[in-house]
Amino acid sequence: MVGITSFGGYIPRYRINRGTIFGAMGWFNPVTIAVARGEKSVANYDEDSLSMAVAAGIDALNGIGRDKIDGIYLASTTLPYKERSCAAIAAAALDLREDVRVADFTEAVKSGTTATIAALDAVKAGEANNIMVSAADYRMGRMGSMVEQFYGDGAACLVLGNKDVVAEFKGSYSVSFDFVDHFRSEDAPFDRTWEERWIRDMGYSKFIPQVLKGLLEKTKTKPEAINRVVYPCYFGRDHGKLATLVGISAEAIHPNMHDVCGDTGTAHPLVMMVSALQEAKPGDKIIMASFGSGCDALLFEVTDNIKKLKGISGIKGSLEYKADLAPYEKYAVFRDIIPMELGIRGEDSAWTAFSTLWRKRKAVFGLVGTKCTECNTPQFPPQRICVNPDCGAVDKTEDYRFSDKEGTLFSYTGDMLAFSFDPPQVYGITRFKGGGTLWTDLTDCKIEDLKVGMKTKMSFRRKYYDPKRGISGYFWKIVPVIE
Amino acid sequence: MPSGIKDKVAILGMGCTKFGERWDMSEEDLIVEAYLEAMEDAGIEKKDIEASWFGSCFDEVNVGKSAITLPMTLKLPFIGATRVENFCASGTEAFRGAVYAVAAGACDIALALGAEKLKDTGYGGLPDFGTAMGTFFRLFMPNATAPGSFALMATGYMAKYGVSPDDLKTALAKISAKSHANGALNPKAHLQKAVTVDQVMNAPMIAWPLGLFDCCGVSDGAAAAIVTTPEIAKKLKPNTDPVLVKALQIAITSGEEMWYTDWDGAHVETTYRAGQKAFAEAGIKKPREELSMMEVHDCFSITELATYEDLQISPRGKAIDDINDGFYELSGKIPCQPDGGLKCFGHPIGASGIRMLYEMYLQLNGRAGDRQIKDPKLGLTHNLGGFPAMSVCSVAIVGK
Repeated sequence: MVGITSFGGYIPRYRINRGTIFGAMGWFNPVTIAVARGEKSVANYDEDSLSMAVAAGIDALNGIGRDKIDGIYLASTTLPYKERSCAAIAAAALDLREDVRVADFTEAVKSGTTATIAALDAVKAGEANNIMVSAADYRMGRMGSMVEQFYGDGAACLVLGNKDVVAEFKGSYSVSFDFVDHFRSEDAPFDRTWEERWIRDMGYSKFIPQVLKGLLEKTKTKPEAINRVVYPCYFGRDHGKLATLVGISAEAIHPNMHDVCGDTGTAHPLVMMVSALQEAKPGDKIIMASFGSGCDALLFEVTDNIKKLKGISGIKGSLEYKADLAPYEKYAVFRDIIPMELGIRGEDSAWTAFSTLWRKRKAVFGLVGTKCTECNTPQFPPQRICVNPDCGAVDKTEDYRFSDKEGTLFSYTGDMLAFSFDPPQVYGITRFKGGGTLWTDLTDCKIEDLKVGMKTKMSFRRKYYDPKRGISGYFWKIVPVIE
Repeated sequence: MPSGIKDKVAILGMGCTKFGERWDMSEEDLIVEAYLEAMEDAGIEKKDIEASWFGSCFDEVNVGKSAITLPMTLKLPFIGATRVENFCASGTEAFRGAVYAVAAGACDIALALGAEKLKDTGYGGLPDFGTAMGTFFRLFMPNATAPGSFALMATGYMAKYGVSPDDLKTALAKISAKSHANGALNPKAHLQKAVTVDQVMNAPMIAWPLGLFDCCGVSDGAAAAIVTTPEIAKKLKPNTDPVLVKALQIAITSGEEMWYTDWDGAHVETTYRAGQKAFAEAGIKKPREELSMMEVHDCFSITELATYEDLQISPRGKAIDDINDGFYELSGKIPCQPDGGLKCFGHPIGASGIRMLYEMYLQLNGRAGDRQIKDPKLGLTHNLGGFPAMSVCSVAIVGK
């Protein structure tokens, strides 16, 4: 049996109330009041599509051992590099085996589902047992635009495999067009859109029913048999109707999540799918469809195994763990859309030595240190000579991964002198359960939230961006677990 | 057991510039200013100097990487010159080089000079560390500054000893107010104004819980020492007892405080180790009773507090009691920072260690003016560089 073997989700902690956006920019485009309800998810200043895709991947790994993963496909229209495989960085961050296949699926917002189909094909063909598909996006609309309100940031991951399947794959159907509802040329930070009514009437309203109809026919499934259908469409009223045009019940339509996070682009079909899977019962038939340069639709049937998946936070968990982001200007600064006086420290950037990064890739991307095989002391960064003063063994080490270890906050500060997009720069020392200690930045918190002794976990983040050379540098940050 | 450095080397002369925002002065000017004072004090000629050591940390600031700046500026005629760089211990390292050379008999008279012109960097606070720890460290070190990394110790101290943020802030404020009171008596200090405990407590936050007055300033400065053997010193200055070097020790982290889960977060291990080695070398059994005065590395008020304990002057966890008792004030048992400290001088990295020795030298010779300590016997200086859990520490003890 082939299908979904695990899944994970990640919606960034920050949400901006659309009223806040409208309050700041409504003077320019009053019509945006029409969609200014609920909140949209906003990536923190240290997050991007790659880091969010990794976060969703980590969540999915709670359901499946990482040594079982044979490949990772990354899907996004907003990857940090045009030439350099972001999936390879993600594979390193997830500390996957070296003999995995990686690929980046980009450019169309339906590439999340396209990557899923490709992964299923590989599994069906017997070329792989488990392939992760992690989709993420953080697209930007111009200030005051409608899409600024529509778009949210987020990621989701599906693991497609052939054993312990939680949702069996029943078939897929695709249509492909050069339908230009929106586009973004090379180097353009913002999407450009064509008229909204045209997108709605000739885009979503035609292609979604077409792909659903095609899928139902191809898989010989009656529309009334469908328990859940997910597809993007940020026009709320139309979204609620499209599946009914092919006979699927209105109750089966999964909400478009406009109120809770917004349209997360390439990730959105997977975000909705993970959200649906978290509510699904064995036997449920679920369709996941996408929209963007055409549509893909995939039919799954949930199995009993779904009850066995434990420890997945998913979309539900990350939606619950949230903090309000205000004012609007802070959001604009996080996204670097208004010029800021960064100060001399904000201008500082040192060259990333790629040869150093290559040698230390497991440490930097995977947060893999060493554990002394003589005295069992875990240590980061990796050491050749054991740091335990009573041991000092030479080259008696094995790899030891810290990224999945809980920790305890040992000390912290909020630094107003250090540069941060969200001052003060908060950093501290965490001590890992089982040993090992790490001094690095904290994220997704305010200094007021912190207490010595509180629990921490690790999160893969963009550590710096070097605009002179176009380098996004990544490392892990400490995230305090705020009860 | 090595016999150590005790009483093998004498300080023949010292010089120190006024520290501050020396916008009108170049590195060359500062070096010359400190050097001329030291030469005049030593009463020797340039040809008598046989070797030189130059302490400077940030190569971005005028001096570049090698020692060439020193002999080229001073026109020292083809003698050895070595640039040393060891974070905040750079100045004391230069002094150590000169002292060791004399003690070894490699030369009779040597010059140690430290200089730094931080105000030419454009930064408030120290410049970014960049690749100070190497390209790999840059990839994972936090985006930290010096105040933030020492603030971690304040957090650690509160957690370890159950001290409330208010109580710690008050004690730290007393440390800063004490140093400002001393600095107000010192014409060479950058900041020469007394401040109240309330002013310190209510200053803007720099890195929680450290506020503006918990942090030392950024300044330009240079200081110089000319060292020789006690015999030569007595011959050149027959009417004064020379100030002798009693101990010079340095301790550098092995990484265990940061990477091995044993450090308590409330102290600096390198200070403790360097202090212990220095007391042994100087033959000091009870530092609290034997020392007359100290200049410690008060880059931040919390550093000074931890140093009281690490040097075994105040018992662990009890420094606040001594602070409240005025133990470290100018009129106290062991005045700490009689010249105003880094708090009032600022911290031109390469110069600080020698500037501290300069104060000890003035005090031991009874030349400290309004801030003169009564009949001092032994003075200790201490420099701490890097981060509390990943540090370089030097301790020097001088006395008659």
